[in-house]
Amino acid sequence: MKKAKTMKLSLPPEEYMNSGHLACQGCGATLAMRYALKALGQKTALCIPACCWSVIDGPFPYSSLEVPIFHCAFETAASSASGLKAGLEMVGDTETTVVAWAGDGGTFDIGIQALSGAAERNDNIIYVCYDNEAYMNTGIQRSSATPYGAWTTTTPVKHFKDRPKKDIVAIMAAHHIPYVATASVGYPEDLIKKVKKAKSFIGTKFLHIYAPCPTGWKSRPEDTVKLARLVVQTAIFPLYEIEHGEKYILNIKLREKKPINDYLRLQGRFRHLKEEEIAFMQKNVDINWAKLLKKCENV
Amino acid sequence: MRKVIMGNHALSYGAMLGRAQVIAAYPITPQTQVVELLSEMCANGTLKAKFIKVESEHSAMAACLGASLAGARTFTATSAQGLTLMHELLHWASGGRLPVVMGNINRAMAPGWSIWSDQNDSLSQRDTGWIQFYCSSNQEVLDTVIQAFRVSEKFHIPSMIILDAFTLSHTYEVVDIPDQAKVDEFLPPYKPQIRLTPEEPRAFGGLTSPDHYFELRYKLQKDMEKVPPLIETTGKEYQNLFGRYLGLVEEYYCQDADLIFVTSGTTGSTTKVAVDHLRQQGIKAGNLRIRVFRPFPFATIRSILSRAKKVAVVDRNISYGHHGIFYQEVKSAFYGQNSHPPIFGFITGLGGRDITPSSLQEIAYYALKNDKPQEEITWIGVRK
Repeated sequence: MKKAKTMKLSLPPEEYMNSGHLACQGCGATLAMRYALKALGQKTALCIPACCWSVIDGPFPYSSLEVPIFHCAFETAASSASGLKAGLEMVGDTETTVVAWAGDGGTFDIGIQALSGAAERNDNIIYVCYDNEAYMNTGIQRSSATPYGAWTTTTPVKHFKDRPKKDIVAIMAAHHIPYVATASVGYPEDLIKKVKKAKSFIGTKFLHIYAPCPTGWKSRPEDTVKLARLVVQTAIFPLYEIEHGEKYILNIKLREKKPINDYLRLQGRFRHLKEEEIAFMQKNVDINWAKLLKKCENV
Repeated sequence: MRKVIMGNHALSYGAMLGRAQVIAAYPITPQTQVVELLSEMCANGTLKAKFIKVESEHSAMAACLGASLAGARTFTATSAQGLTLMHELLHWASGGRLPVVMGNINRAMAPGWSIWSDQNDSLSQRDTGWIQFYCSSNQEVLDTVIQAFRVSEKFHIPSMIILDAFTLSHTYEVVDIPDQAKVDEFLPPYKPQIRLTPEEPRAFGGLTSPDHYFELRYKLQKDMEKVPPLIETTGKEYQNLFGRYLGLVEEYYCQDADLIFVTSGTTGSTTKVAVDHLRQQGIKAGNLRIRVFRPFPFATIRSILSRAKKVAVVDRNISYGHHGIFYQEVKSAFYGQNSHPPIFGFITGLGGRDITPSSLQEIAYYALKNDKPQEEITWIGVRK
């Protein structure tokens, strides 16, 4: 008789996020939170500045999460988390993991000063940036995380964003903090592994999580996971880690990169792009990928 | 223990004796000595606290809020540009009902760059929901810090303790530094009923609809209204242990005065000298120094000032397009009263220009000579 085959669950079964939250259909940010909390566990405290998640969690007096939240000012995710960690320790709680949980605007733009300060001090927090590449909560305005070529409500198609996305990972690595990593909601096992790894370091840890936004990207809600995988497979958003600002580790090695158009064409925000513009973007992706491979080889 | 210390260090000693647990601060002249001494105290273990050396005042207050929410007693200090950079988070502190205690050294706002005293920095924070104490001596600074923790933690409203730049911050005076054991008796550890902990996961400060927001602000105001009597009873308890009383105001010869100055900060102590001079000249002058500006002690101020024939409010600040700010406030205390003495508003000493006994005497002569103010604002010592 054949042995019965069982499928092994690749994600922790614990849930710390409940239904009833206020996210849009196909929201990548909710997947990011659900997976991250599975890795973090209940002894976690979140500092959430103004971002989609300050709404997603639910209005006062409700919350969709099983962990405590400090809804803090827009530019203060990192400094609020530093203070919260210090405060918890002074009242005898040394175990709780304090996580700053911010969007790309709150990280790349308005919160970068506080983030840099916390990283330079190496305060013992995990900083997660879930990146949906624009100010989605306020209505799809460009941020410095918006990629080249994208339409937003402040970069109309006739004047689409003509500057590249800020390299936040390089900026954070330059602080020589113990751990920096990229992750995508399309690769949950990798994401969870990285959150757990971040938790194992003492000091500032920075996770850059790719989180598609159907509302802002003009994509289909059912394509969220597909986009979150394609962005990695096209090498637009490679999955890698940097330990102590020096040691580069590439997590998903691509034998063959998919053309970026596979990713772009699923999103209305890139619909206006002409062939030569896509070619220009492809060239930049190729250059950046080659640079990253070199950094990972040199280690 | 009696010690000769500067005003800034009186803040540091107050925070130390109050057993602040988390301090987050950023340097700014003329506040720097406050945090320098505190970092020293943290380093040598005199004070068992975590000192977060943040990259801006904005982050200083943010870190204090995080720490306070965790249930720790928090302290910071700043001045002028730093205070106004914090402005957003001052609302966050009071709205979040987080009893942070902060020292602010009154310094004039740029431009042009000034490091000298005036009150526009702290008075611009009037409507942020903080208790504001204006001090006139180093002893008062130290005693106020300790009492402010008690007052703030009772109703979960933050406190700002305000010192004039240099005239108080850098002036050395003899200060009685109380015994730690006695301070501990007066000020038990901060134990909030609700705090941020994974044991009871709550979301603090989330999206609040018009169905709830209004009531939260109503409650803040209602608790603010309870603060003046609390400051008085706390002051009396403090007096029983340490022999010094600090109330809402300080009166100097107000009982029989024809002319009462209304002052704040160190201008209040200079005015005492001016009152002495005037009394030697046969002029019955008195001084009412307002110590607590928020919540504004309407009843106390009304009852003292209504005894006078004239009132001269001295402002080292201005609300452009209106009046001196203490002047506005004092006038508002008399709204709807059947009668009140003429109230004169003087602006002087902006940007740290000296306020001397003779400038205060000039104010007195003007108020005595005129039945009512000749202009909306009477300027003293300005080159027009």
